Amino acid sequence: MSLKRVVVTGLGAVSPYGAGMELFTDSLRAGRGAVRPVPELAAIQGLRARVAALVPELDAKIIPRKFRRSMTSMSVFAYLACREALARAGLGEEECRGGRLGIVLGSTVGSIAASESFFADFFVDRSLERMKSGLFFQIMNHSCAANVAQALGIAGRILAPAAACSTGCQAIGYGAETIALGKQDWLLCGGADEFHPLTAATFDVMNAGSARYNDDPERTPRPFDRDRDGVVCAEGCGILLLESLDSALARGAEILAEVTGFATLSAPSNIANPDAEAIARCMTAALADAGVTAADIDYVNAHATGTDLGDRAEAESIYRLFGDRVPVSSLKGHIGHAMAASGSLELAACVAMLGDGRLIPTRNLDRVDPECAPIRHVRGLEAAPVNTILKNNFALGGVNSSIVLRRYRHD
Amino acid sequence: MTDQEIIERIDTSLAEEFELDLADMVPEATIYEDLGLDSLDTVDMVIVLEAAFKFKIREEAAIREIRTLGDIHNFVIDKYRRQDGAA
Repeated sequence: MSLKRVVVTGLGAVSPYGAGMELFTDSLRAGRGAVRPVPELAAIQGLRARVAALVPELDAKIIPRKFRRSMTSMSVFAYLACREALARAGLGEEECRGGRLGIVLGSTVGSIAASESFFADFFVDRSLERMKSGLFFQIMNHSCAANVAQALGIAGRILAPAAACSTGCQAIGYGAETIALGKQDWLLCGGADEFHPLTAATFDVMNAGSARYNDDPERTPRPFDRDRDGVVCAEGCGILLLESLDSALARGAEILAEVTGFATLSAPSNIANPDAEAIARCMTAALADAGVTAADIDYVNAHATGTDLGDRAEAESIYRLFGDRVPVSSLKGHIGHAMAASGSLELAACVAMLGDGRLIPTRNLDRVDPECAPIRHVRGLEAAPVNTILKNNFALGGVNSSIVLRRYRHD
Repeated sequence: MTDQEIIERIDTSLAEEFELDLADMVPEATIYEDLGLDSLDTVDMVIVLEAAFKFKIREEAAIREIRTLGDIHNFVIDKYRRQDGAA
């Protein structure tokens, strides 16, 4: 069976900077930090984090009430990002409704805020009499994918992968495989998440959440830095519109990048701790899938969240494959860790880096941790001939994922 | 509470929940066609009215006969008066 080549023809982002790809990439290149104080976190006993990177208020009312009633903010982020990606790709209602366009969009879980709100009321008298009809649609695992599909009239496939921080990367990988098999011509792919204190608490209880910079939020997280102290949670949605090369050429679409390789592998050594050996295996598998070697990679976009163990394991595995030759950076120092959205937001930024040939550095990397292997860090905005990028994402639960993107060549 | 006060409470409660324009909320407006609600909305409408008037109506057979906003007004006024009488 011959596989189709898969290209990117649309991008969309709702990030902690706000809505839109241009704002996202301009802010990244300008080195703006998006982490802010979240004073209401102080009211939660036992939670040390007081900062997060939240999406500024958006006008959700542009979405008709009929569709908005079953959405929470993560679906609103996803809807806006999908609309932007479709517009960039020049696709409209007709393509959405035709069955050849589908959606691969996941979140870590359904809306915790909606669950909390329901149970807070339920536990008063254990009554279901006040339960609104929209609750289930807000808390189901495929809430974002289903809500966006309804609102945009998408009639093709729906897939909602859920692998925490690997979700966005997996969505794009699974989407690429679906298009390669010829099952769909277009897929909106990515991850979305909304902030809830429970997400911050997840890292806090494992002593992997940042809490030392509560009074100086823009200085955290600090990927690969000697003074890093953990994850800062964020929210948003990144979308890549994937398309078969045949389709893109036939309609004369602008091709932004090509997805050439994907791997996602379990790391069964520990449900929480990173495993450098397993990360190296995953990157190696992605390179093999793309039919390239480490020598072909011009830049690695790291998962690096700013945790002690995670950054060390990733640096070690990157060094094992690439030595100190290949530029490496993490975007978490800018926007924090947007969980399910992190992979797809960062991949959208990678496509932008392929487009303009400038590598975005790791923000807050002031003094490289000597405990991290001596990889080649990008320390400032760097012009570089970038043709092929490897992108990593790793998730609690032992789920690693890597994607290879390259500049499109007609060959 | 007068009938007019009940009607006003119904209309403002539904307008807030379903983002309706009060100018469109005339008694002859049909729930589905004119006000644009659907079956999920009618589930929530019961909850909104129960909260607004502190009564239970979900199991009332008459609720299934409702077609217009005027039907809602009449249903709620009747239920409110009966409840008032019972109390």
